[in-house]
Amino acid sequence: MGGFEEQFLRGLETTVLVAAISGAFGMLVGLAGAAAKLSRFRALRMVADAYTTIVRGVPELLVILLVYFGGTAALTALVGSYVEVSALWAGVFSLTVVFGAYATEIFRGAIQAIPRGQTEAALSIGLAPWQTWLLVILPQMARIALPALCNLWISLLKDTSLISIVGLSDIMRVAVVGAGSMRDPLTFYLAASALYLMLTSFSLLTFRLVERRMLAPVH
Amino acid sequence: MDIALITESIETLLGGVVLTLELTILSLLIGFGLSVPLAFMRASRSQWLSMPVLAYTYVFRGTPLLVQLFLIYYGLSQLAFVRESFLWLLFRDPFYCALLAFSLNSAAYTIEVFRGGIQSVPPGLVEAAQAIGLSPTKIRLRIVFPLAFRTVLPSYANEVVGMIKASSLASTVTLLEITGLARKLVSETFAPYEVFIAAGAIYLGLTFLASRLFNLIELHLSGAPPDKARFPWLLKLRQAL
Repeated sequence: MGGFEEQFLRGLETTVLVAAISGAFGMLVGLAGAAAKLSRFRALRMVADAYTTIVRGVPELLVILLVYFGGTAALTALVGSYVEVSALWAGVFSLTVVFGAYATEIFRGAIQAIPRGQTEAALSIGLAPWQTWLLVILPQMARIALPALCNLWISLLKDTSLISIVGLSDIMRVAVVGAGSMRDPLTFYLAASALYLMLTSFSLLTFRLVERRMLAPVH
Repeated sequence: MDIALITESIETLLGGVVLTLELTILSLLIGFGLSVPLAFMRASRSQWLSMPVLAYTYVFRGTPLLVQLFLIYYGLSQLAFVRESFLWLLFRDPFYCALLAFSLNSAAYTIEVFRGGIQSVPPGLVEAAQAIGLSPTKIRLRIVFPLAFRTVLPSYANEVVGMIKASSLASTVTLLEITGLARKLVSETFAPYEVFIAAGAIYLGLTFLASRLFNLIELHLSGAPPDKARFPWLLKLRQAL
């Protein structure tokens, strides 16, 4: 493939890195979002509702374009001379926002699936509210949320390919450059497909192993 | 932020709605047509029938739509049999490349959605249909599929909303649907916020309408009496049907 093997390897690294960072931040956003949706305060619930409704109703590509070009315009206005946002951080930010919105819904559903009695029992044996969350609600919620999170992670992996449109050197970008310069799009896009398929298969296997462990009887 | 520019952009971008809807609806229809027979194959107990379909859905759901689109748009022209046949008339046009990629992708997701529904139909119903002498095809089309479809309607609605959003990728192969027009407008006005927010508002409107439509269909198919106060016209529509 004319020396593109090494570039593909670096692209693979970038793809995994971007997905991992966005996934980690997105989980935090999702937890905060779920807490806001289930909160006593109306204002918080409304903000969280607006967030998930808007983000889930708009194409991921549009979010990336808005953050990348909008971010560049904002920074340029702020600094006074032309500043370009890095494709990597614009991409990580966009995908965190997207992942967070879906994760909010997953976590909210999972928390609501835990019987109220669990919280009441925890409070009755004298656990503080934060202990109830950390020791009683989170572990049970994680088990319920896992299959949906697996699907969400796989869509995140695939969505990283969209950042190549604003210039991130991920798997997809390497394929585009290679296909153009070697005049062989078929080979390069098939190679990219194989790499993505490898990543999603590996993710599926890992989640299945984790799921099996978590579902094992604990007593 | 310039509100006047946003409303102005919305007006321009509405010109792309037709192409977005065309791509979305055609892809969904082709995807639906492909996925009904393939979902039955996928749900079949015979490995010979289910494995090839599983391979198809696994590959199409495991790779990004953007790669599939580029593979078709840039890659197909490398194949001599495509270039030298009538297929070339279709696939040198980015519209048909996008349509093919979206349809195959949508079919892959829809197959798995329908498979879940088919497998959830109680076997007793199928046995009852066999007992009164319906042919296997009739059982599938008249008994199993309608029940399966009703069960998975919420998931299918998600797939429809996903397709509306995914159609934005058509902008990467030069098509001027909503996102394509927005990118063009940004390069002319240098006002990314206003233009992309306007585009987002249009998509939000489309996805909202789609999910409302499916809520109504769900309500209708569930057979529950419609809430007269909220949907007086739905009652009329049902009486008319």
